[in-house]
Amino acid sequence: MATVVVLGAGISGHTAAAFLKRKLGRSHEVVMVSPNSHYQWIPSNIWVGIGQMTIDQVRFRLDKVYKRWGIVYKQARAVSIHPEGDESHEKAYVSISYVSGEKQGQTEQLSYDYLVNATGPKLNFEATEGLGPKHHTVSICSYDHAAQAWKKLQESLDRMTSGFRQTFLIGTGHALATCQGAAFEYALNVAFEIRKRGLENLADIIWITNEYELGDFGMGGAFVKRGGYITPTKVFAESILSEYRIRWIKRAGVYKVEAGRVHYETLAGEYLTQDFDFAMLIPAFAGAGMTAFDKQGNDITSVLFRPNGFMTVDADYTDKPFEQWKASDWPSTYDHPIYKNIFAAGIAFAPPHAMSKPMKTANGNPLFPSPPRTGMPSGVIGKVIALNIAEKIKYNHPVYRHKASMASMAAACIVSAGYGIKHGKAATMTVSPIVQDWEKYPAWGRDIRATVGEIGLAGHWIKLFLHYMFIHKAKGYPFWYLLPE
Amino acid sequence: MSTNNEIRAYKDEYYPPVPTRMTRFWRTCIMYQIFRFFVLNYKIMKMVVKGHS
Repeated sequence: MATVVVLGAGISGHTAAAFLKRKLGRSHEVVMVSPNSHYQWIPSNIWVGIGQMTIDQVRFRLDKVYKRWGIVYKQARAVSIHPEGDESHEKAYVSISYVSGEKQGQTEQLSYDYLVNATGPKLNFEATEGLGPKHHTVSICSYDHAAQAWKKLQESLDRMTSGFRQTFLIGTGHALATCQGAAFEYALNVAFEIRKRGLENLADIIWITNEYELGDFGMGGAFVKRGGYITPTKVFAESILSEYRIRWIKRAGVYKVEAGRVHYETLAGEYLTQDFDFAMLIPAFAGAGMTAFDKQGNDITSVLFRPNGFMTVDADYTDKPFEQWKASDWPSTYDHPIYKNIFAAGIAFAPPHAMSKPMKTANGNPLFPSPPRTGMPSGVIGKVIALNIAEKIKYNHPVYRHKASMASMAAACIVSAGYGIKHGKAATMTVSPIVQDWEKYPAWGRDIRATVGEIGLAGHWIKLFLHYMFIHKAKGYPFWYLLPE
Repeated sequence: MSTNNEIRAYKDEYYPPVPTRMTRFWRTCIMYQIFRFFVLNYKIMKMVVKGHS
């Protein structure tokens, strides 16, 4: 009997565990290690942050689902990986530390035949002084953060109702932050809610971003064929912000937050400030912070992980300039180059480089978006890893034949611009591939025929439909495996 | 979106294209949006089927 250990029950890890169990059945063991008691559908957190959904609408308990599926669930945090075992362990193992229940604080060595690291990002609020829910800004990166954001937003709405002007600052909280898309959605939804209450004349809403141009979204922007023109997402992003009366500050790297004031450095090298009453700023991301040791106990963390804490996989990590980036740099099977039974899924894998062109301020500080990995590619990567492991265990396939490179995979992204069955709006956007392939598509980097960009109520319905569909799938309700990632 | 009478000329937000009243109408016209819902779902599904491993 083989044992597959999955670290992390986010979109990628949960998908991997579900497909592993479905493919391997009772003959093999699937173990899920996650410090979280709940699964959360992260794309809907923005609606928790504006009070249109409750926490319980975007999450559910993991233990019941895993019990039904026959997956061993340990509510614990992965601490270290020992891919060669050690003097007292013949087999590879991962050391975990329980975070709740009777075993809280205890550690355990979990042997594995295959390991899937899907630990997601560490929300690195510490990288920006004064950033985060424990300090001066809010976040929507998890359901509890989003609930806190809604509480703070309500306070600002109440002050406006009493006649006081409020400044809302929404965007990226670090020069290398990613997930601009989620912050952008939140800015539009906050503007929509303010307008709904007739308070727009008392609101200054500002979008602050580390993007070179608006609409970059960490993927170098995109181009859409529409109305007789091929138009960059910069135009669409600026248009909707203008329509929603949101001002913007671009090419800005936030480096410090004080109560009611953000400090940022511009690409031109100026050090400026912006005052705020309410700020939702996305932090930088880092790896989960695991360590690794070889059989003799030597630290091999740098062999398993890149300096940013994300795991090394089958990518080309050669340091090269933007002009030499290739689609083939991106990983496709997500296995470690030395330890082929270790995989990294979703945000846990280290991208070979950014998608947006790296830039430095006049003072020499890096200022550009890190590459995003949204729900769709995360789910696909989790599934592909599961299929490869299952084939290896069941049929001893010599190669991992299922592939999912972000440089060949398409993705759809629904950017909410207001919640409401009759008056809600969202921008429906598709790109193919996610990472630009300049050799295949020299003009625009992507297949212009497969790129869609459209704003309307239909987009809101699609986002709402996807919310219920993906929660249905994640709960393992009937025919879940037929639903796409 | 706003009835704010602030003069925006020469500011960044003054220059992007903004939707006309007719464009805004079509964005929330129920019948048209039901049609777009199916069109967009078809396009997404086509892309998902074609674009995955």
